[in-house]
Amino acid sequence: MAQEYRQILKYVDQPGYTPDIDCYLRNGGYEVLKRVVALPPKTLPNGQTLSGPEQLRQEVMASGLRGRGGAGFSCGLKWSFVDRKSGKPIYLICNADESEPGTFKDKQILYKDPHQMIEGMIIACYANDVHLAYIYIRGEFAEGAKILNRALKDARAKNFLGKNILGCGYDLEIHVHRGAGAYICGEETGLIESLEGKRAYPRIKPPYFPAVLGLYLCPTIVNNVETLCAVRHIAALGGAQYAKLGTPNNTGTRIVSISGHVRKPGYYEVEVGKATIGELINDPIFGGGLREGRKLKAVIPGGSSSKVFKAGERFKLKRRGLDGKETEQEVDMLDLPYDFDSLIAAGSMSGSGAIIVLDDSTDIVAVLANMSEFYAHESCGQCTPCREGSLWMAKVLHRLTQGEGRKGDAEYLARIADNIPGGRTVCAFGEACSWPVQSFVAKFKEEFVARGAADEEHRAQQGTGPAAKRELAASPQG
Amino acid sequence: MSTALPTQTQPAPPPVDKIKVRVNGKDVEVPRTTPDPVSGKPVPTTMIQACFAAGAIVPHYCYHPKLPVAGNCRMCLVEFGTPAVGPDRKPILNPDGTTKVAKSPRPAIACATPLTPGMEIYTDTPAVKQMREGVLEFLLINHPLDCPICDQAGECRLQEYSVDYGQSASRFVETKVHKPKRVDLGPRIVLDDERCILCTRCIRFTRDIVGDEALGIVNRGSYNTLTAYPGKVFDNNYTLNAVDICPVGALTSKDFRFQMRVWFLKETKSLCTSCATGCNIVIGSREEKIYRYEPRENDAVNACWMCDYGRLNYRWIGRSDRLVEVRNPKAEGRRQSERWAAAIDEIAGKLKQAPAGSVAVVASARQTNEELYLLAKLAKALGAVTDSVPRTGASDRLLLNADRNPNSNGARLTGIAAEPMGSNLPKIAEGIRSGRIKTLIVVGEDVTRHGLGADLLGKLETLIVSDILPNATTRLAHYLLPGCAQAEKRGTFTNTKGRVQKFMKAVEPPGEARAEWDFLRALALNTTGQKDAVSIEGLFNQMAVEIPSFNGLTWAGLGDTGATVKIYCQDRGIDDTEQPLTPTETSNIQHRTPNIQSQGAREKPAGATAKI
Ligand SMILES: Cc1cc2nc3c(=O)[nH]c(=O)nc-3n(C[C@H](O)[C@H](O)[C@H](O)COP(=O)(O)O)c2cc1C
Ligand code: SF4
Ligand code: SF4
Ligand code: SF4
Ligand code: FES
Repeated sequence: MAQEYRQILKYVDQPGYTPDIDCYLRNGGYEVLKRVVALPPKTLPNGQTLSGPEQLRQEVMASGLRGRGGAGFSCGLKWSFVDRKSGKPIYLICNADESEPGTFKDKQILYKDPHQMIEGMIIACYANDVHLAYIYIRGEFAEGAKILNRALKDARAKNFLGKNILGCGYDLEIHVHRGAGAYICGEETGLIESLEGKRAYPRIKPPYFPAVLGLYLCPTIVNNVETLCAVRHIAALGGAQYAKLGTPNNTGTRIVSISGHVRKPGYYEVEVGKATIGELINDPIFGGGLREGRKLKAVIPGGSSSKVFKAGERFKLKRRGLDGKETEQEVDMLDLPYDFDSLIAAGSMSGSGAIIVLDDSTDIVAVLANMSEFYAHESCGQCTPCREGSLWMAKVLHRLTQGEGRKGDAEYLARIADNIPGGRTVCAFGEACSWPVQSFVAKFKEEFVARGAADEEHRAQQGTGPAAKRELAASPQG
Repeated sequence: MSTALPTQTQPAPPPVDKIKVRVNGKDVEVPRTTPDPVSGKPVPTTMIQACFAAGAIVPHYCYHPKLPVAGNCRMCLVEFGTPAVGPDRKPILNPDGTTKVAKSPRPAIACATPLTPGMEIYTDTPAVKQMREGVLEFLLINHPLDCPICDQAGECRLQEYSVDYGQSASRFVETKVHKPKRVDLGPRIVLDDERCILCTRCIRFTRDIVGDEALGIVNRGSYNTLTAYPGKVFDNNYTLNAVDICPVGALTSKDFRFQMRVWFLKETKSLCTSCATGCNIVIGSREEKIYRYEPRENDAVNACWMCDYGRLNYRWIGRSDRLVEVRNPKAEGRRQSERWAAAIDEIAGKLKQAPAGSVAVVASARQTNEELYLLAKLAKALGAVTDSVPRTGASDRLLLNADRNPNSNGARLTGIAAEPMGSNLPKIAEGIRSGRIKTLIVVGEDVTRHGLGADLLGKLETLIVSDILPNATTRLAHYLLPGCAQAEKRGTFTNTKGRVQKFMKAVEPPGEARAEWDFLRALALNTTGQKDAVSIEGLFNQMAVEIPSFNGLTWAGLGDTGATVKIYCQDRGIDDTEQPLTPTETSNIQHRTPNIQSQGAREKPAGATAKI
């Protein structure tokens, strides 16, 4: 039976727990930082000496922590790519732009336990010789920015920040930067451009890998809010201990945002892979199941950008048993363990950890139209396939929801979507806007075709109207 | 005929570190690094450069070899592979012993992806074709397709790539995005935002080459719109280059807009004459009328840019008050066909009788090397004092030179100019005043504005003038010989760095006007009996033998981009600072160069509207 495992959310929502520093300190706050900055150099059996920061980086590597922002990339590996020989300063940026539809977990931390994130951030900065760091916070989180600024001020007053932190000789400053309300500012290189005061046009990679040419073309680490909190817990527990949480290659805990047609939408922290999608949706301690008399229709498993699962879909998964042998097993979508690898194996992703549940009352075409409108609005417009494709798809879907559809629109949509992802675009927004269309149309094709067919029939009965004219224009001669 | 270039001033470059890759199965070796177009620092060579080296075509919109890479159009997507390595990090071999190449599951943009050793690039696979088709379709769905009224039609990348890589029918049935169609960006540019494909070439050129933060993009997604920033005007001295590099018809030149379909234009390789830089240009003309100047690439001179001031300085060539008739006081009523011969005869007769020291020559540093050479030789034979007229203006450290004569160095090397240039003019004035100088030959200058006023000219027994447009000097001439603009003849100039460059004839001269080198050769023959070459090629080659600085040069050997000779400057000694143009130091560029008209006006005779 799956359980909640509240590590990051341990105090969040506890009666009497407040976001101020005193409350945090009363509950063991900044104790990890104190220990970390006092870490003595360690001599290895081979005679090599590891500094405190180097040991920390090793622990994070050993923890197996994977980024909680969306891509699930190994945090230790990301840190190991940082160019430490360039002679340039190394920057760290906390990505607090949380904009992926369906995701509302970073907000809980920022608003309710900001010092935990700040402590994690200071530790991450210390581990990476960072002396200047930024928190890039979603523009809509106006209150969150105030809370963070207040928290940073208090941390500074207690010398957890600023010059000569806790007397250990380490200096660090952290600034809060507010976005102006654009989803693309969450993409790390768009974020960096925005932080530099420019339009958030994501950068091409190569050559602008943040670890080498990031903020102000200096080596830069971008980590999600939740990832940085996890760093604090890794520093507290040690990498090996942390890695015992969760499942192999999917370690630690993860906050899952559950929304949509469940009785108990909310955020739940679980050990990664210890709960299945079905448990997260249906267990009374999690989503609490669907509303009375409703049946499951679809699940968007990792934020709106992830590919949808259809109820009843089955996947073949390779699983490693206790004896280390790999076996193949067919599982229902609901029985997929909610972890990084299983969802990738099933053709989707756990993304930002946001599960959106759709029951049988859902108009699938309307859902996709709504999402596509969001992507068309949020595309930065820099590169051709995403700029033009995102609006094109949104226009088709708008037509389909306004009685002006065509039978062939399902196919037409899929063809448009196929020309966007797979490395054709500058950033992963190309995938983010096309994967939903590809997966919805593929898995619910009959609904799209039926909608278009009904529209065609309706127009035929009505005679020549504006829509019929458009039909004409659709013919190859037009 | 030898085509060897004369002076090789640079020491042999250090050996280049090469990298071997394979493009569509063909091995190529290219330098591991290439200079960054803006900073000049070595940066890794990219796939597109290797593809070009291998002769493979990679369609591209945003990539421009002289601009920083943007990687936004996605037209240059290619497939590629890299040598496969096993878990032991050793290369995996094919059964035949060759290195196995693992094809990347994702494509890459050729314009931005650095080469790695052993890389294989595929530009022609079905997947690549399909990606290009997709990108083109996306570019076209919201495009207005107003080719019939678009200035770019005929030289438009969107048209060209649509033919090469596009689909024949559109499946787009939605309403198009509409954007502003007639945006006045600045004094010389009108923008059609619907045609803009948002490649940012114009933004990068303006920001990174010119150093002017004038252009940017507003709005999101498909509504992205190119604009001048609020309160900014797109008005530096290089704005029209943005029109050139715009791959579509979005940026249009007010000067050229709706004037001529480009496929009717004859293209002639020529040179700009508005300053000593000598930017290489292409003249677009039709039926003896010039419609535009465009820069022509020459890395030793102007990269592929030119300034607006020089570019727009061509209308005077077609002015209706051009000098079109030979004036000869004794020849009134003669038939037109005889006027030239008669004038040359009579002038020669006068010159032959002129005592040594009684003739002076004022030439122009806007004349060609060949013309100045002929004049200098004639002057020497006559024992004449010579000079030419300096002409200066503001410079801007990018291209525009303070020396506004296109051939000051030619005037120096042929010996026609005094050192410093213009220092003999007071002596000539004094000679006329004292009555010692009785004959004055003026070619291409209004000497009344340079110390030889109408009163002085009135004292002369014979005033022989050649020019293109009427002025106070031509009005006083006894003999007036109508000459040619550079567009109407062939010849060479020597630019500020000693680059000897040739230009070709684009249009016929009006009326009786005749290339100066041609009638000067006839005049020299009639006066001194010297037999100079009768063709411009021969004349240049003859000059190159006679004048030491030009030794070794040949007309043919100049090619399209010229050759460099050493320039001796009194204050600096040999000036061999020739180097390819890397437009750095852009921060020092004068922005907002006053508009073309007012800048020209400073040096123009009153009432004239163009020739500077
Ligand atoms: C379109 C797009 C939007 C993104 N938005 C966010 C976001 O809001 N918050 C976030 O943490 N990461 C976001 N990411 C992921 C970031 O680019 C980056 O991978 C992440 O911040 C790295 O942190 P992590 O390694 O700790 O996960 C987004 C990525 C893309 C492509
Ligand atoms: S993929 Fe979309 S969001 Fe990303 S750079 Fe291209 S246009 Fe912008
Ligand atoms: S105006 Fe032309 S050069 Fe500028 S972004 Fe648009 S298409 Fe590119
Ligand atoms: S820089 Fe000089 S030569 Fe070049 S275009 Fe301008 S005026 Fe002409
Ligand atoms: S030419 Fe490479 S992306 Fe535009």
